[in-house]
Amino acid sequence: MDNTATQSGFRQQPNMRMGNSSMDGTDGSQLFEDTSGVAAGPQAGYSNQQAGLQAAGFSGQSLLSDPMSNLAMAYGSSLASQGREMVDKNLDRFIPISKLKYYFAVDTVYVGKKLGLLVFPYMHENWEVSYQQDTPVAPRFDVNAPDLYIPAMAFITYILVAGLALGTQNKFSPELLGVQASSALVWLIMEVLAVLLSLYLVTVNTDLTTIDLLAFSGYKYVGMIVGVVSGLLFGRPAYYLSLLWCCAAIFVFMIRTLRLKLLSEAAAEGRQVRGSRNQLRMYLTMSIAGAQPLFMFWLTYHLIR
Amino acid sequence: MAFTLYSLIQAAILCVNAVAVLHEERFLSKIGWGVDTSVGGFGDEPGVKVQLMTLVRSVRTVMRVPLIAVNAVCIVLLLLFG
Repeated sequence: MDNTATQSGFRQQPNMRMGNSSMDGTDGSQLFEDTSGVAAGPQAGYSNQQAGLQAAGFSGQSLLSDPMSNLAMAYGSSLASQGREMVDKNLDRFIPISKLKYYFAVDTVYVGKKLGLLVFPYMHENWEVSYQQDTPVAPRFDVNAPDLYIPAMAFITYILVAGLALGTQNKFSPELLGVQASSALVWLIMEVLAVLLSLYLVTVNTDLTTIDLLAFSGYKYVGMIVGVVSGLLFGRPAYYLSLLWCCAAIFVFMIRTLRLKLLSEAAAEGRQVRGSRNQLRMYLTMSIAGAQPLFMFWLTYHLIR
Repeated sequence: MAFTLYSLIQAAILCVNAVAVLHEERFLSKIGWGVDTSVGGFGDEPGVKVQLMTLVRSVRTVMRVPLIAVNAVCIVLLLLFG
């Protein structure tokens, strides 16, 4: 990645270019004339670099051979690349960037189908995620795979729509957008943590990762947006109707998706399996799915008044 | 409704503090929640209560020292900025 090295090397130059009116793009070897004596020293160094780079094309200019500026530039670029390597390495420890890329591998067809599935999941029959040699297939190729693109976009759209709705009630101010965003984010984090805790307590052996749970919790924002927009366009009854429809749809969607992941094989196929563990798992699935309509209502009712 | 990330952090610190002050001998064993009595089942049936007790014990073990630092920082910040 040489971009940042060159970028940081060139970063000084636009500033110097602004403050330096006599510097000409065509004649790079000209130093400044109108600066004060104090500022000429360090600025001469920077203008040396800039002039040096521009003078590479001009033969006979001796500025590039200035060893100090060469050394400074080389040191600066090596520092920048080292810093970037360190940041990349450490960032990868905390946020698994490569795993995140899988969740954004979507295309338009997938997004369209998934949005349709979120609003009308009743006709879809096969909810299994297809695998390819032990790793899940990318969302581009499988409608049932969770992704993070739709939840991320839906979250941002929800914040904007919330701002719009508050504006129609004459309660809008730019800080309010930030407040809405942070409170929605807090509810999301709390929901994911609660689901993680309950999954741990029930000792379910599942391959649901935290990011999967984040994706599933983010799908309800689509229904919220539909409800709020229809409430803005057509009034309160339309808000309640569309919210009811979306709540039911999300409930069915979550149950059908989680059933395959959380329950054991036999129970997932619909056969009656006795045993307290399966019952507990069924309760867990129902409560996760039931929490979604609650959140959807809680986060939107104050927007339509 | 005006939740901020800061209030979430405060709530988390308070909850972890609450879990950390549950003493093993003096309190948890008295009400039958001690971990030493219940470890023994080697099947895949730990049950919710055993999981909860294991969670309490592991939170106490892991978070004891970092909580000192976090609480000190929180106290200083609250004193300075209210």
